[in-house]
Amino acid sequence: MLRAERVRVSFAGVPALADAALEVEEGERLAVVGPSGSGKSTLLRVVAGLVRADAGQVLLAGRDLADVPSHRREIGLMHQDGALFPHLDVAGNVAFALRLAGLSRVDRERRTAELLELVGLRGFERRSLDGLSGGERQRIGLARALARQPRVLLLDEPLGSLDRPLRERLVQDLAELFERLRLTVIHVTHDVGEAFAIGDRVAIMREGRIVQQGTPDDVWTRPADEWVAGFLGMTNVRQRNGRRVVVRPEAVRLLPGDDAVVVAVQRRGPAVHARVRLDDGEVLESVSAGLEQPQLGQRVRVEIDSGGIVEVHAAAPP
Amino acid sequence: MAVPAAFLALFFAFPFAAILERGLVGGGPTFDVLTSESTLRILWFTFWQAGASTVLTLILGLPLAWVIARFEFPGRSVVRALVLVPFVLPTVVVASAFLALLPEGLERGVVAILAAHVFFNVAVVVRIVGSWWGRLDPRLWEAAATLGAGPAQRLRSVTLPLLRPPLAAASALVFLFSFTSFGVILILGGPRYATLETEIYTQAVRLFDLRAAAALSLLQLGSVAIVLAVAGAIERRFSVVVPVARERDVARPPRGWERAALLTVLLLSGIALALPLTALVERSLATPNGYGLAFYRMLGEETPALLVPPWHAVLNSLAFAAAATVLALLVGGSAAVAVARRRAGWLDALVMLPLGASAVMLGLGFVLAFDEPPLDLRASPWLVPVAQSLVAAPFVVRIVAPTLRSIDNRLREAAAVLGASPARVWREVDLPLALRAVGVAAGFAFAISLGEFGATVFIARSDWPTVPVAIFRFLGRPGAVNAGQAAALGVVLMALTAVTVLLADRVTTVRRGTL
Repeated sequence: MLRAERVRVSFAGVPALADAALEVEEGERLAVVGPSGSGKSTLLRVVAGLVRADAGQVLLAGRDLADVPSHRREIGLMHQDGALFPHLDVAGNVAFALRLAGLSRVDRERRTAELLELVGLRGFERRSLDGLSGGERQRIGLARALARQPRVLLLDEPLGSLDRPLRERLVQDLAELFERLRLTVIHVTHDVGEAFAIGDRVAIMREGRIVQQGTPDDVWTRPADEWVAGFLGMTNVRQRNGRRVVVRPEAVRLLPGDDAVVVAVQRRGPAVHARVRLDDGEVLESVSAGLEQPQLGQRVRVEIDSGGIVEVHAAAPP
Repeated sequence: MAVPAAFLALFFAFPFAAILERGLVGGGPTFDVLTSESTLRILWFTFWQAGASTVLTLILGLPLAWVIARFEFPGRSVVRALVLVPFVLPTVVVASAFLALLPEGLERGVVAILAAHVFFNVAVVVRIVGSWWGRLDPRLWEAAATLGAGPAQRLRSVTLPLLRPPLAAASALVFLFSFTSFGVILILGGPRYATLETEIYTQAVRLFDLRAAAALSLLQLGSVAIVLAVAGAIERRFSVVVPVARERDVARPPRGWERAALLTVLLLSGIALALPLTALVERSLATPNGYGLAFYRMLGEETPALLVPPWHAVLNSLAFAAAATVLALLVGGSAAVAVARRRAGWLDALVMLPLGASAVMLGLGFVLAFDEPPLDLRASPWLVPVAQSLVAAPFVVRIVAPTLRSIDNRLREAAAVLGASPARVWREVDLPLALRAVGVAAGFAFAISLGEFGATVFIARSDWPTVPVAIFRFLGRPGAVNAGQAAALGVVLMALTAVTVLLADRVTTVRRGTL
């Protein structure tokens, strides 16, 4: 459906995208995740036509978009904090694209009501933007972007400015909505959990290029290199038979015994995160769903589930 | 606080009361003046030319505001500074520049008046609208673009609605400046075109009808009040909370067609702003015997236009402006301190009043109030700097008060905790931090006093003319020699103003390592 090839962009001589490439099929949801400054937003802006690439091309259904300006691309974009028009009310924002398309007043009202219903804000038409919560603003931004049924919807850190509980709820809502409408989506975020929840496929970005693409399971079980493993939160890197492997934290089990000491422990909701130091000095992270929480300083025995050992390449130099 | 209040009471409230007295009661009813056909015609022209000037200034100023606000290009800060030049030039200089520029037949009349007003006020539009435009979040245009809005639609449905507040503010200011414009209309209007301001002058000085002049002043005051009220209502209606870009400056290099547009706008604006001043310089050098400095040399000689050689006017102007600057800094500065501490809103309003009341009214008030015992000061040349300081003081307050107010109060608290007495806090914290603003204010006060014409022309004694008054006298006489000397004096005044503004800008914040 949409394909970006070898996209290169630099700002004032500093490269932001170096041969970045991605592809998304019709009805597919691609989550692009990477640390801040990795070029995710720039890639999205190239696709939307807001930034001109120095090299490479963007194809929508096989058609090169190089000379197509943003407003003719039929690609929707939702900004981080909504970028709602402050001089318009809720309906004015949602119906903005409909008005440009020349829909009649009756049609606009009907479609606006539909869209607001879709994002769970039925009856908000005449409200002014002042006093809306961050979550409501984002839902309006989404309704506005969906108004003209874009062929591809781009979301640039749509939940980035919201607090965690709200973000987690909205992630679920978004995923369900995308599924229901069979939308083609590119969702950019810096949050690995959000990317895994939203994306049919996940693309991991580092310093201007995509370093790994695949289903969440693929990526989680076979991180492409040490850097990706670390970015996903796997910090247990060890040497085994002369090769570097990553041990996923949920594969590290703590049992009664005496070959390691618990040096840090933290409960995060249902999971317990612990850090243990083996007697040879190696430090491992462990995540378990145990009801029993190991005590700080407690002696334990460490057992590693062989299914949780992943062989990785050393991180490619950026 | 008592000293500036007493100064304002004596030199503003008292003359103002004299106008009220003469206009409302003294010398019989004045209703006939206000309803006469000529007054109605003048009132209509005053509103009409102010409206037309405002519309034209917006049309011609907006493209320039756009390119300066949105695009990064070499020399952008220089362009931004140059655009302000016309605004600080004395009205008399601008008027003589357009006299020199426009072809015969057009040099006096509506075209000349509107052109001069646009020339003056483009800076207002560029500054007010441009600074707002430059802070708008560019993602709003991006959002509009991805929603299907092309460049023209983005302008109509996003940019213009978002710019309504600064457009309203700039329009109100330009309208007010054009409405109370005096020097430009007196010189360029010729015998046919008069506004309330020039008619007050004509009635008082040429026809010696002080009663009619006072009545017209009240009409003027009422009109200004209405204009201000309407402008305030419009601004309140259009107020929107606009998302400000996270970056301080959202300008970017132009792309594609934008490059051509940028070049065209800069080129045309540059020509339009430079042409009148070039014409003035050309006129001052174009002697009957080819180009030369003859007109400048003649400034040292006796002339039938003035009672003293013209170069005396230069000395007078410098002396008066220096005295006026000191007075304006004392009055405006102490008012600014009081205003910044939020203790005296009434003083703020009082100091601002001369601005709304217009310089011509101030001049008329001085004539009425200080012409007879107990205060017969008309013989004293020093009334001139007093009047000029009243015109300049509002600017001093407007420049200094915000700076004082912006000083973080925690700095004062920190100094106090470190052992500084209140007086010491003021000397160690407020004064050094406000010094740059005071320097800029002094420069402005000096430049305004140098170019002040409306009040000065009423009260300057014939043997103590200032440069603007001398230019006006030369322009009132026929012949190429008088026009040439007027142009030469205009160039001198322009140079003095430019030097003042440049020097004021050089005053920088004092950063010392004082042990």
